[in-house]
Amino acid sequence: MSKINLIIDGQKIEVEKGMTILDAAKKINVNIPTLCHHEDLCVAGNCRVCVVEVKGRERLEASCATPAEEGMDILTNTAKVRNARKDIVSLLVSEHNTQCTTCYRNTNCELQDLAAEYNVDGDRYLSVLKPNIKVDKSSWSIEKDDSKCVRCQRCVRTCAELQHVNALTVSHKGNEMKISTFADLPFNEVVCTNCGQCVNRCPTGALTERRYFDEVWEAIGDPNKHVVMNTAPSVRVALGEMFDNEVGTRVTGKMVTAMRKMGADSVLDTDFGADLTIIEEGNELLTRLKSALVDGDKSIKLPMITSCSPGWVKFIEHMFPNHLGHLSTCKSPQQMFGAMTKTYYAEKKGVDPKDIVSIAVMPCAAKKYEANRPEMNDSGYRDIDAGLTTREFGLMIKQAGLDFNNLEDTEFDSIMGQSTGAGIIFGATGGVMEAALRTAYAVVTGRSVPFENLNITPVRGTDGIRAASIKIEGTLPEWSFLEGVDLNVAVAHGLKNARIIMDEIAAGKSPYHFIEVMGCPGGCIGGGGQPIPTNADIRAKRTKAIYEEDMSKPIRMSHENPEITQIYSEFLEKPLGHKSHELLHTHYRKRNRY
Amino acid sequence: MSNNKLKRADILFSSYSVAPYEILKRTMQKDKDFVINELTESGLRGRGGAGFPTGLKWKFFAQEENETKYIICNADEGEPGTFKDRKLLVEVPRKVISGMAIAAWACNAKNGIIYLRAEYNNLIPELKKEIEVFNEYAKKFNLEFNVEIYSGAGAYICGEETALIESMEGKRGEPRNKPPFPIQNGYLGKPTLVNNVETFAACSMVCRYGAAEYKSYGTSDQHGSKLFSLSGDSPKEGVHELELGMKVSDFVEEYGDGDTKAVQIGGVAGFCIPRKEFDTTIIGEGNTTGGATMIFNSTRSMYNVIHNYLDFFAEESCGQCTPCRIGTQQLLKGIEAVKSGEKPESYLDDLVKLSKTMKLTSKCGLGQSVTNSFSSIVKNFREEMIY
Ligand SMILES: Cc1cc2nc3c(=O)[nH]c(=O)nc-3n(C[C@H](O)[C@H](O)[C@H](O)COP(=O)(O)O)c2cc1C
Ligand code: SF4
Ligand code: SF4
Ligand code: SF4
Ligand code: SF4
Ligand code: FES
Repeated sequence: MSKINLIIDGQKIEVEKGMTILDAAKKINVNIPTLCHHEDLCVAGNCRVCVVEVKGRERLEASCATPAEEGMDILTNTAKVRNARKDIVSLLVSEHNTQCTTCYRNTNCELQDLAAEYNVDGDRYLSVLKPNIKVDKSSWSIEKDDSKCVRCQRCVRTCAELQHVNALTVSHKGNEMKISTFADLPFNEVVCTNCGQCVNRCPTGALTERRYFDEVWEAIGDPNKHVVMNTAPSVRVALGEMFDNEVGTRVTGKMVTAMRKMGADSVLDTDFGADLTIIEEGNELLTRLKSALVDGDKSIKLPMITSCSPGWVKFIEHMFPNHLGHLSTCKSPQQMFGAMTKTYYAEKKGVDPKDIVSIAVMPCAAKKYEANRPEMNDSGYRDIDAGLTTREFGLMIKQAGLDFNNLEDTEFDSIMGQSTGAGIIFGATGGVMEAALRTAYAVVTGRSVPFENLNITPVRGTDGIRAASIKIEGTLPEWSFLEGVDLNVAVAHGLKNARIIMDEIAAGKSPYHFIEVMGCPGGCIGGGGQPIPTNADIRAKRTKAIYEEDMSKPIRMSHENPEITQIYSEFLEKPLGHKSHELLHTHYRKRNRY
Repeated sequence: MSNNKLKRADILFSSYSVAPYEILKRTMQKDKDFVINELTESGLRGRGGAGFPTGLKWKFFAQEENETKYIICNADEGEPGTFKDRKLLVEVPRKVISGMAIAAWACNAKNGIIYLRAEYNNLIPELKKEIEVFNEYAKKFNLEFNVEIYSGAGAYICGEETALIESMEGKRGEPRNKPPFPIQNGYLGKPTLVNNVETFAACSMVCRYGAAEYKSYGTSDQHGSKLFSLSGDSPKEGVHELELGMKVSDFVEEYGDGDTKAVQIGGVAGFCIPRKEFDTTIIGEGNTTGGATMIFNSTRSMYNVIHNYLDFFAEESCGQCTPCRIGTQQLLKGIEAVKSGEKPESYLDDLVKLSKTMKLTSKCGLGQSVTNSFSSIVKNFREEMIY
């Protein structure tokens, strides 16, 4: 890469050719405000908040969209620049339904920050806010309030670039320009997967997750209800951010204490559900392999693909409805957990399942929708009654008046509170695959996977798609048909990459046996319900924390979880058995493409 | 400055004294660099509004090395009151096509596209016939240049060259960030030359007459001839070809109705010249000459004029960038509020400042040019804005 020289605010700097003025300024700690810019997305250059002066040019330049050039002399803090920025922010406010006190994004809103920074006065311009804007609350997961929208198009870019869903688009022009779904249909009727990635990148309160915490508080306050809370692995490595902890801080023990103090009757671990998923899904894979390789059954679909990520499941239902046979029939860990809560747990604890309220605290927006899928009632009740995001949960902790950072560490309750490192790594892309391989290899060969410390590094990392091949050797007699087989696996995260994987399958060219797909970039640690903001660095730190948590666990393979052994001996009998099929497996449906 | 009187020119619409494809043939016998240099020498500037020197644009385009390069003739002509490009395409299509072909030859491009305003679709059959005629000549001249017609997306903003390219790529017509410019990275990521219909026709004429002769039209500062789509309070509405460099007063004398109080030069994006400046303003100097030329007499309310313009901008802005999307609405609402007394007179000054911010920060020519008409009308007709 060739280098160029320029001057920013009087400071000489050398940067790589092609770098934007914004990034060049960042290198020397010159902070330029932005709004439409997001590190994960392509350049838009539409908000114009980031303008700077280039000496010799009359017009200001949008620093996020303008490449630095040799010899440029840039001023980021002149009267001309400040006035222009203030004017632009004032304009945004004049179009905005400024109701910060009642807004979910209050204190974590980029427009609010800008308005404060430039101290804009509200009467500078007349209000041009469109009257009668209705909030779209049709979706179980996402709420859309156009009156809070700054038209930055981050959501549109997220949905198109990262997710290849294109549920959101820009419609109309001029003063009518807005962000729309297909034909302006309600959110729950369109192709949206509920992944919530747009919510994570929306700078304002225009896109938010649908909140359920009031219902949850009500259940907690009801003495006749038995409230069971379970939390996903990636919540414990991100929740701390809500309380100003450094990104990547693990807060598992405090999180458990907080739930207990908030009044949950039982604080359990979704990771148990993850371990259970591994047993069922691992056996499903081995069964599929046997039917395909030994019995030559042509109806068996390979590769098999994981089904833990509800955004991904809805994606395939919309986009590849003729390939649903590739999805594992296993429910997600959350839904397995819910079904077990209202059957096995209820039985063991002697609680009437009708009195149980099961609440899942998730990094995810799509989990809310998943909990509400009509078929998710195999226990005879709603398997999961409410799904909360990490963000909602953090807010509830604040509402409860808890001094989170000074809470003591405590352990999950039992039963269904014990988990393994394998369950933990479900939180990062590649984790389900790694957990499945740890167990499947051990089941088939009686030995541990041939990787140091059980760390199957080839499936870890951040590449959108990662493939690996593992040779199975020294099988136990009952698995001899797998002797010498190269098990080809792949991992994909972000629906853009899921589409690549599926295109390969649809073309009949997929070389894999087993594929893990996570709907969100980075997997659950980058989920749509996680603390805002998100970027590659934040996701990397949360991922690191996940693997640290894995290493800290005494048991790191799902099938060695004693509570798993117990649930099979006491209740489920055997993997893929009759009860499993009834409670832990599901089916999918075809959906249309808009 | 010169005090040249108004002079009509008859270059662009003149009947073919030398057939356009004869011009093409003769031009192709010359040196490519020489031809591009002639264009530069002629002083020809783009007729689409921005007024970029055409020779320079071609020079940059010629320097781009790529197997696939596109030449787009911008026939979007979306502004109300403009119809000159249509007239050229109807009356002298061969001058336009030969201009495109000269560009193709001089700059080594093989693909040509006429981006035709949707409302002009009825011209397609005739234009297709003309393209067939051209194809025969091209074969004879051994020129590989394929011309197609693309029917436009129907929005004013699609006339902006990068929005035009976006819409051709099947996307929403939104202007792109520049750089990169279309010359480097245009249609389908390939080097793309976009010129206005009239610009291409004028290129043919420069090649026909040579730079020196073309340059003799107009004055020492303003060269060549230019089409004016004239509308408003004039007994002579229509398209007029004039030598550049005349004073507004001469123009008004010829085309006004004897009661002219203001002339809008350069269309909605241009400036409004009040009577007191007629004598000191030269058309084309410091003001753009694209778009419609409108003459207003004393019965006109200039408040209504600017209100109409702002209405147009607020609707036709693509809406993507803050200063333009919201600024146009604020200016519109703002003058209404001053008129109704809801805001004080001094609010007009705040609005003028806002329009300056729009000029400094908007992403494309639309938002950047609103201040031209807005400030000039507010400044010169302040009373009309208030009472
Ligand atoms: C809002 C807007 C509308 C435009 N509409 C047209 C148009 O209708 N026709 C045109 O030739 N150029 C139009 N332009 C100018 C083009 O962007 C471009 O500069 C021009 O086509 C280049 O050709 P030229 O160099 O021959 O003028 C428009 C520009 C803007 C900002
Ligand atoms: S989106 Fe931001 S600025 Fe708007 S009301 Fe909510 S907190 Fe306030
Ligand atoms: S939730 Fe996901 S799929 Fe739905 S609109 Fe947002 S980014 Fe697109
Ligand atoms: S919904 Fe949010 S992300 Fe989308 S354009 Fe509006 S403010 Fe931006
Ligand atoms: S200036 Fe106006 S028309 Fe141009 S990009 Fe911005 S909003 Fe669109
Ligand atoms: S951040 Fe640069 S234009 Fe929006």
